[in-house]
Amino acid sequence: MTELADHVAAIGRPLKRKEDARLLTGKTQWTDNIQLAGALHMAILRSPMGHAKITKLDVSGALKYPGVEAAYGADELGDLNGSVPCVWPVTDDMVAPDFPALAKGEVRHMGDCVALVLAGTAAQAADALEGIVVEYSALPAVIDMDDAIKDGSPLVHSDKGTNKCYTYKLQPQGDGAYEAAKAKADVVVKRRFVNQRLIPAFMEPRAVVASPMGTSGELTIWSATQVPHVLRVLLALVTGVSENKLRVVAPDVGGGFGGKLQCYREEILCVALANKLGRPIKWTETRSEDMMATHHGRDQLQDIEIAATKDGKLLGLKVDLIANMGAYLQIITPGIPLLGMFMYPAIYKMDAYDFSCIGVFTNTTPTDAYRGAGRPESTYAIERIMDELANELGMEPMELRKKNWIKHEEFPYTTVAGLTYDSGNYEAATDKAMALFKYDELRKEQVARRASGDKVQLGIGISTFTEMCGLAPSRTLGALKYVAGGWEHCTIRVLPTGKVELVTGTSPHGQGHETAWSQIASDTLGIPVDDIEVIHGDTRTSPYGMDTYGSRSLAVGGQAILRAGEKVVEKARLIAAHQLECSANDLEFDNGVFRVKGDPSKEKAIQAVAFEAFSAHDLPDGLEPTLQAESTVDPQDFSYPHGTHLCAMEVDTETGKSTIRSYVCVDDIGIQINPLIVEGQVHGGLAQGIAQALYEGAVYDSDGQLLTASLADYLVPGAPDLPSFVTDHTVTPSTTNPLGTKGVGEAGAIASTPAVINAIVDALRPYGVNDVPMPALPMTVWRTLNAARQGGK
Amino acid sequence: MIPSKFDYVRPNSVDEAVAALKAGGEDSKVITGGQSMLPLLRLRLAAPSVLVDCARIDEMKGVKDNGDSVTIGAATTHWDVLHNDIVKTHVKLLADATATVADPQVRHRGTFGGALAHGDPAGDLPAVVLALDATMEIAGAKGRRQVAAKDFFVDYFTTAVGPDEILVSITIPKLGKGWGTCYEKFNRTASGWAVVGVAAAVKVEGGKITDARIGLTNCAAVPVRASSVESALKGASASAAEIEVASQSAAEGTRATSDLAADKEYREHLMRVITARAVSCAAGA
Repeated sequence: MTELADHVAAIGRPLKRKEDARLLTGKTQWTDNIQLAGALHMAILRSPMGHAKITKLDVSGALKYPGVEAAYGADELGDLNGSVPCVWPVTDDMVAPDFPALAKGEVRHMGDCVALVLAGTAAQAADALEGIVVEYSALPAVIDMDDAIKDGSPLVHSDKGTNKCYTYKLQPQGDGAYEAAKAKADVVVKRRFVNQRLIPAFMEPRAVVASPMGTSGELTIWSATQVPHVLRVLLALVTGVSENKLRVVAPDVGGGFGGKLQCYREEILCVALANKLGRPIKWTETRSEDMMATHHGRDQLQDIEIAATKDGKLLGLKVDLIANMGAYLQIITPGIPLLGMFMYPAIYKMDAYDFSCIGVFTNTTPTDAYRGAGRPESTYAIERIMDELANELGMEPMELRKKNWIKHEEFPYTTVAGLTYDSGNYEAATDKAMALFKYDELRKEQVARRASGDKVQLGIGISTFTEMCGLAPSRTLGALKYVAGGWEHCTIRVLPTGKVELVTGTSPHGQGHETAWSQIASDTLGIPVDDIEVIHGDTRTSPYGMDTYGSRSLAVGGQAILRAGEKVVEKARLIAAHQLECSANDLEFDNGVFRVKGDPSKEKAIQAVAFEAFSAHDLPDGLEPTLQAESTVDPQDFSYPHGTHLCAMEVDTETGKSTIRSYVCVDDIGIQINPLIVEGQVHGGLAQGIAQALYEGAVYDSDGQLLTASLADYLVPGAPDLPSFVTDHTVTPSTTNPLGTKGVGEAGAIASTPAVINAIVDALRPYGVNDVPMPALPMTVWRTLNAARQGGK
Repeated sequence: MIPSKFDYVRPNSVDEAVAALKAGGEDSKVITGGQSMLPLLRLRLAAPSVLVDCARIDEMKGVKDNGDSVTIGAATTHWDVLHNDIVKTHVKLLADATATVADPQVRHRGTFGGALAHGDPAGDLPAVVLALDATMEIAGAKGRRQVAAKDFFVDYFTTAVGPDEILVSITIPKLGKGWGTCYEKFNRTASGWAVVGVAAAVKVEGGKITDARIGLTNCAAVPVRASSVESALKGASASAAEIEVASQSAAEGTRATSDLAADKEYREHLMRVITARAVSCAAGA
């Protein structure tokens, strides 16, 4: 057995991902692949109106279409019309309107569900929607957030008497502290930034199959979801199906970006109807449905004010948000701005911080988590205003940052927002990034091109970001009124043949958990990576978990893997000691083999111990058979990755087109389990963050028509639209978890947006441009430039 | 994708295709690569009774050198057009413009004739055939007819091809000595539609521009020639400065629309800028 002991450390190796062969070739089970005998296919009639009364709804015509078994409006659905849950009531007096799965008499956004048809095939169901008679009487819509909170605005929910969902305040230094700090300031810069609405646009559209014919009488729901565990709890509560009779499976899932962190009305409908009719119900959305009915992200108006001395020392920061909830509240809609609330002060030291947020309802698709969820918004605002402050002060923007950031020797550091950052080294990451970027050379070129009046101007954008990820511990989430916890679970079983089953409560949808988790367990157990199978995403096989979002899976779930593995080794040690006739303390464990100290000929591999634990012929008295252990870890705190991102932008002053010339980022996410996966996460995040800056934005007209309702109009960039990224890293281990890891899933998306816009503004600063709205599409930049040329500042 | 129900036929000759279209009545439609038709079907913006698939009709595929002109079958894919040696040598403007159409997947499926017959004002290729004075051959129940490019594009998504007719081939005269060409496309994403596109062919003799043909993409309901720029360029020196001056009239005679990509003012501005760039590129300025 000793040949198995040649274990090379797996953590830190850029192993190719185990799961990629099946994911890239599609030889796997996506939800829409699931074909069940006797299934009924659901099609949904959606509102074409932004806001309207339903004056007539007659679904009976649909029943005459071939293959149709049933059709429902809210009246026909009756008690089965469950309400979409919101689990984050951020204030005691938050306005939480009912959000029925099928609209009751009034539609409040384009894409709102009006009626549904069940038929033998998906095509029959789609055809039969034409048989439903529905008449609308238009109501005034409110789209603009500033308008929504004015007196006399049309109301999204007339019974609530207001479009304000909540008002939240955070004044860690007390009321008046910011004003006192501001009074000492030489310079105060105030801006309004618009963090526009985005659509997650994951590759695999949402899909659900609900079957009441589980082998043990349970109702099984397969869903393209990020959160099978959370979804089970919520579906049980909403539909009344007993939780222990409900099995939720997330098969391989094709992307989510937060958009599949949800309990969607379509999931509720499938479960309720499968339960009632005793037949499987299947639904797969079209891309058009996805664009208007999957929750959207961002959409905040950010009034931000920063106060500093004339030599650039920050004194205080005031942030007043208006955050668009959309027409209804979904799972954590109201909490998204609060995830950013703590991060506006970012990496900077100052004396006072003042935050407020008003959540507002509008006749738009509900918003919720989208890659970064609150932190991209905060990072954008602070990194933008740091550049504006530098401009006002006449300082180099990086010098202003260096003057104010937390120095590496000052960690752990409690920020003005009240968070304690575990570790970081902003100096090291910045030095490395500036060298890779050739910062000084680019600045020289910029000067030359400005002097020559080049039609294509060069700009340099900086983002020295940090973020908080791995939402935990649970009691902190409780203090924020978030209903669920922040722990994570892992079970590790070493099977009789020495192979391993690792059961995780995290639920990947493209991140590479199977490979990275195997690497952690491999080093802990001394068992090869390829001998470890990662089991996830099924509440029957992985009953405990909090799923995957918020860059939490490694930062939180990794700790549970490590602890479960250590418990397995502890138990194996007892068995090995018994059989080698020594004390457990006399054994050393290295590369999967227990050896007696001082007598290395006496050894036993962990795989052999596993068989002994299975046969149980000769175990220590009182020790239970089988070699397995579980761990549920509630972490000590968040983790705070950081990095320095630099963007060189060429802006064509004739057309307004911005083209990224180079992009360098040096991220510090602590210990890296798999650098190849890290690089992939950074690349994807950069693409999405750059997309917000340059391309993507959901646009509604004043009636609530979504004008960017297809991928022809909603501009998701492709590879030709993006530069070849230069990514690198520094390593400052986290001090709040034993692996030393921090999250990386959202870093690129959080950091890159302000770097890109700062670069465009920097390019156009000589023309008097001090801001550019997002997305900075050519016409927008051209108009901004024209306005600056004509009107001065 | 769940379209409305339709019948499907795949004829082997143009005559069979014409007969199938006639038999199918006015709701019958031609499909070749499907890159315009399938999105319409998917969104149920089109609900044809019959789709007549002309993608496998031999006569409608391939490129032929006629000596002073080149004939391209309407069902030739973009990919085959842009990689064809005859096209690259004698109709380089078409090859260059075709290379900007959408992305490789679309170029492998979509066809030259399909893109023209669809009549999308934002399509790149109509401006090219207009600038090059191409001739379209259309087949119908009454036989075949030739339509000049200037008469082919009628209105938004409307061409001279009647409901029971098929675009069979496109014949493009070769440009003689001294001509340079360029297709300059301004778009928001690499695979996106042209916000403005300019197809320019310029003849330069002794440092002077002696002839110019300029087709504009997405500047009206149909592709248009920038006639006043063409006139202004004649006799101008092939310098960036003079070309820029001549291009100031690029928006004359256009009917720019406003959409998310560009309002009228910006689109007209782009016409001037992009025309100057395309002409400069074609003239080697």
